[in-house]
Amino acid sequence: MISATIDAHEQNSPLPYPRVVFINLALMTRTDQTPPASAASAAFAAGAPIFPHKHLLGIEGLNPLEIQGLLDLADSYVEQNRQTNKKKSILKGMTLINLFFENSTRTRTSFELAAKRLGADVINMQADSSSLKKGETLLDTAITLNAMHPDLLVVRHSESGAVKLLSQKVSGAVINAGDGQHEHPTQALLDAVTIRRRKGRLSGLLVAICGDILHSRVARSNIYLLSAMGATVRVVAPPTLLPSAVEQLGVEVFYDMRKGLVDCDIVMMLRLQQERMESSYLPSIREFFNLYGLDHDKLSVAKPDALIMHPGPMNRGVEIDSNVADDIHRSAIQEQVEMGVAVRMACLDALTRDLRNGGAQ
Amino acid sequence: MTALAFVNVRLIDPETRLDAIGGLIVKDGKIIAIGAGLRGGDVPAGVKVIDGRGAVLAPGLIDSRVFVGEPGAEHKETLASASQSAVAGGVTTIITMPNTKPVIDGVSLVEYMARRRSDDILVNLAPMAAATKKLEGREMTEIGLLTMAGAVAFTDGRAAVADASVLLKILKYGRMFDILVVEHAEEPSLSKGVMNAGELATRLGLPASSSLAEVILIERDIRLVEATGGRLHFAQVTCAKSLDVIRAAKARGLPITCGATPPHFALNELAVSDYRTFAKISPPLRAEDDRRAVVDGLRDGTIDVIASGHDPQDQEGKRLPFAQAAFGAAGLETLLPVSLDLYHNGDLPLMAVIDRLTRKPADLFKLPGGRLAIGAPADLVLFDPDVAVKIDADKFRGKSKNTPFDERPAQGKVLMTVVGGKVVFRQ
Repeated sequence: MISATIDAHEQNSPLPYPRVVFINLALMTRTDQTPPASAASAAFAAGAPIFPHKHLLGIEGLNPLEIQGLLDLADSYVEQNRQTNKKKSILKGMTLINLFFENSTRTRTSFELAAKRLGADVINMQADSSSLKKGETLLDTAITLNAMHPDLLVVRHSESGAVKLLSQKVSGAVINAGDGQHEHPTQALLDAVTIRRRKGRLSGLLVAICGDILHSRVARSNIYLLSAMGATVRVVAPPTLLPSAVEQLGVEVFYDMRKGLVDCDIVMMLRLQQERMESSYLPSIREFFNLYGLDHDKLSVAKPDALIMHPGPMNRGVEIDSNVADDIHRSAIQEQVEMGVAVRMACLDALTRDLRNGGAQ
Repeated sequence: MTALAFVNVRLIDPETRLDAIGGLIVKDGKIIAIGAGLRGGDVPAGVKVIDGRGAVLAPGLIDSRVFVGEPGAEHKETLASASQSAVAGGVTTIITMPNTKPVIDGVSLVEYMARRRSDDILVNLAPMAAATKKLEGREMTEIGLLTMAGAVAFTDGRAAVADASVLLKILKYGRMFDILVVEHAEEPSLSKGVMNAGELATRLGLPASSSLAEVILIERDIRLVEATGGRLHFAQVTCAKSLDVIRAAKARGLPITCGATPPHFALNELAVSDYRTFAKISPPLRAEDDRRAVVDGLRDGTIDVIASGHDPQDQEGKRLPFAQAAFGAAGLETLLPVSLDLYHNGDLPLMAVIDRLTRKPADLFKLPGGRLAIGAPADLVLFDPDVAVKIDADKFRGKSKNTPFDERPAQGKVLMTVVGGKVVFRQ
């Protein structure tokens, strides 16, 4: 596993950071088997650079060591968030703008909390209250906001590629909080932290991602992340909800959920995004629930301790049965929310390290 | 009008297959002498002599797919700016698309385009008219009157005539005037995506359309041609399956022709990686196998003509998230150098490349020109086919400078363009 990971790293990164490689290798032998604890936070406490990218726009293109670094850092924040004093001041004096062109209370709040717990000032901008409604283009908005010198911009947009486009016009670090059907990197990271804490590892796990793969940025980010970390990923969906050539992403494709879930360690459900469907992808919700809604019956073919996940918000009775969603022994849905804050703290921390170290690259 | 003589040029004429060093004399807008052995000493006194130093002298290019902003979208392109762009690219005739505001669907509008002459319009204009009123796909335009007014073909421009019964009637009725119908080969209900379907579209998370949209429409249209005998031209063919179908239709003797545009034979879908909107065109750039098939189609003659597909967009239309950005790219100034790649890569002889840019479109649209013949219009391009250049969009003469070919190394440079015996461009 370790040698395979190093190979992937060398392929993916033309300019590896020797020091980062060393640190992460030391961690990998340990964290791959057991949930990392204080050792991980100690390794990063010095504020050493751990993430050699200016922005976090997607998981695709990140190598396993970079992913591992973010996951380990997030783990250290989980402990902090469970203490009475949840606040640190490492981002003191910094400004974060939450720029949401698409509504999302959950993700926006999670970023806001993460930033505040690290001591940053937070401004929330919602598209419906901004000048976008008055016809201002995305790039004009970017240029305007950039003049306010935000150190971090968290951006959600309904169009794939919009966050990357915006990142080209701003000087601060940009975090993609979901762009169209492209990527949602912090969701994949928080899913990975959740899985790792429950299962002790990512490598070797069998993960089924089920439902509306076509419209899902969460599915894409998770496919990249889990594959990079050595898990086997299946997608389970009707053909009309699968993007073209999806098998080229390295996943196994199943139309039959009762076959797709066999022996799975993780069952990851997706929200059926009816708002993105301009034509008929399914005959009816009733038929979809019958074939692809997760219930105890379909779940019975998975491993007995299979973990159920959902990025939220859930459509109960559409892609998931309430009995399953609320099964505290099987469902990790609440934990995902908790890990979300820790992962976002880790991302804010990692992306500002250069800045806090005096802007050295 | 003054006479002009070219000497020491490599004459290439696709009609007579002439490829020889020699000279050519033009007078009063016509070619009056051509000779493989014609030298400076043979030129009558008082005629201005241009020494080509061995550069190629060929018929001026006839570009059969040009979207002009005038009337209605002059901020993108005017006829004057398009003509500047054209002559800089060695193009002497532009066949204009009817997608303007207003749509070119009436007699006075066709006459406006066909008779439009002014000092700042440097090229020959040959307008296509809309096949249906307002390009709405419902009622045919006044095909007879528009033909008499100067429409060289009928098309709904960026869209196919979706309703088969409407196209059937247009092809049937149009036979009285031997019209050519030009189709954008994509079935509308299957082409709502913004790029080619496949792994890249899935990774980019963009709505995609497969080449199925094209093949289905082409198959349908071929049946309509078979039923009516009307002449039909597919403006841009982009994939292997379409070419198989067209090859078979041609073998059956049907009056079917097709074209290709440089992006579809010089680039593949990877050009839109990183959401590069300048490579967002319609039909979309396809997979590499399809690109190779287009090259093969040009080589074996299944593809009759090369057109630029010039469809410039302003910055505002392109600096948007990919799905929202406009389709289209400028193409007049890259038509020749990118087409010459086919020759430099060994895919087509130089003669064949020139043929698909000159004589073939002239014959298809029944235009004068496209050959070096005594009495033919003195529409000429003098170019060096070998000199290395780097395409530089900032230097384009058109109004909108978006191109997927910016900074691409190429070989071939236009040195001089002559329209109607007049030098309209000189490097």
